[in-house]
Amino acid sequence: MYALVDCNNFYASCERVFQPALEGRPVIVLSNNDGCVVARSQEAKDVGIAMGEPFFKCRERIRRHRIAVRSSNYTLYEDMSRRVVQTIMRFIPDVEIYSIDEVFLDLDPLVGRDLEALCRTTRATVRQWTGIPVSVGIAPTKTLAKLANRIAKKTPGTDGVYWFPAGEAEQARVLKSVAIEDVWGIGRRWSARLHALGVRTALDLSRMPASEVRRGFNIVAMHTALELRGVPCQELEDDPQLRQTLVRSRSFGRMVSSWPELSEAIASHAIRAAEKLRHENARAGHLSVFVHTNRFREDLPQYGGSGSCELLPATSTTPVILSKALEIGQRLWRSGFQYKKAGVMLSEITRGPVQAGLFEQRDEQRDDRLMGTMDRINRKMGSGTLRPAASSFKPQRWAMAQDHRSPRYTTRWDELPRTR
Amino acid sequence: MKTPARPATQTTAIARPLLASRVEAGFPSPADDYVERTLDLNEELITHPAATFFLRAGGRSMLGAGIHDGDLLVVDRSKTPETGMVVVAVVDGEFTVKRLTRGPDGPTLTAEHRGYPPIPIGPDTEVTIWGVVTWVLHRP
Repeated sequence: MYALVDCNNFYASCERVFQPALEGRPVIVLSNNDGCVVARSQEAKDVGIAMGEPFFKCRERIRRHRIAVRSSNYTLYEDMSRRVVQTIMRFIPDVEIYSIDEVFLDLDPLVGRDLEALCRTTRATVRQWTGIPVSVGIAPTKTLAKLANRIAKKTPGTDGVYWFPAGEAEQARVLKSVAIEDVWGIGRRWSARLHALGVRTALDLSRMPASEVRRGFNIVAMHTALELRGVPCQELEDDPQLRQTLVRSRSFGRMVSSWPELSEAIASHAIRAAEKLRHENARAGHLSVFVHTNRFREDLPQYGGSGSCELLPATSTTPVILSKALEIGQRLWRSGFQYKKAGVMLSEITRGPVQAGLFEQRDEQRDDRLMGTMDRINRKMGSGTLRPAASSFKPQRWAMAQDHRSPRYTTRWDELPRTR
Repeated sequence: MKTPARPATQTTAIARPLLASRVEAGFPSPADDYVERTLDLNEELITHPAATFFLRAGGRSMLGAGIHDGDLLVVDRSKTPETGMVVVAVVDGEFTVKRLTRGPDGPTLTAEHRGYPPIPIGPDTEVTIWGVVTWVLHRP
């Protein structure tokens, strides 16, 4: 048996914990760079603010409904997410952190206990300890747990916890109430084709022969169909080692066009990505870099490019990753464009000792010691105290626009909430 | 997309060695056997890390309880508020520190300095308890 715990309107809920005056008021949170709406409180949904809507398009409604606007405060959300998971794990230790606001739980080790009561206690405790409201869906598969969670959230009588029913007739009724595009893993890509085949609800998909789903789509879709029938095909992925890629990217606060500015951004992403790798005791075998202009500015010339290279042997050493990232970046850069975003992606990630490469030239052990020292100093003295000379010492002009960011209440001594 | 679980640890920058001897080549100190751990303030101040938040005190209403303007409050949301405890409450959408007392009309938020009227907590007031203050850190 699995459960999915999903934080309700997570970003908006985080803001409310520390700004209780927002309780009962519509709240929206904007994406990186204040571009568009990425989170809405229930009240904001009720007055018709859509997910992903560009900020400038909702200004009139924001004024009319006195909607509170916040820039995304990922430092705060990450910390609150960590607290939610810690609290859940006191009750149910087998968890998979699926996203910043969703956690899958494996309930099988707790079989014999009153699982629904346990989930209700967990939910109430998370609310009290962290202030974050959550919903819980319980079902025999992850796909059904996700679906049950939707029902827990949308149905007032459930009080935030919904157990997918056991009886066949009851199951059919529930599956029929869920549109195919709302099934986890189906999305818009497949729902159009499924609609064309007359598959409109979760029930329709669960009744399609598995072989037919596999032939018409792929094995992932077949697993989804089987899971809707209650056949588990996916287990908890509780192992961070399964993480395949690591991406560091960000939109610029204003568009940049010169190579010095673009390269600073790429350098900074490369350095942070390498740091993160070392934090996880991992090495990457492949590096790619991407840049692109603002595709919404149709009045400006458009360009986007990406390039990549092998890292042989796999490495987490900043100078190696940084110099290769800059090499790729230089190849990508074209003058005469206004760049909106740049990023670095590391993949083919491995853990543990490296195989010594035939053509290995660097002294990896020496690199490891050097990097370990750099990370320790940066942890002690503040991020960015020591860094390779390619990243800027000036305040970065390309940093995000965050005009409405609330304080980092839980991670900065000088931004703590104040009592009056 | 999956994010890796981070270990649920909390570290502190302030760690004092319990016992430490100078390192002198050739003479291992007998005291070295007793160096086992360092004192971590978090252990003493924080019982439930997931539920503990730091707030900064403002104003003078709790001077009598030894809470000064600018003091650091350790607030544990996992504790059930009981009469006599110092709590952080939300009054009119703002945080305030007061002592939870039992007044003639039921639970009340009481200041500990003259000139601050008691605030009743009832079904028709917009007052909620946010957390229980477990420590006050004051710079002498």
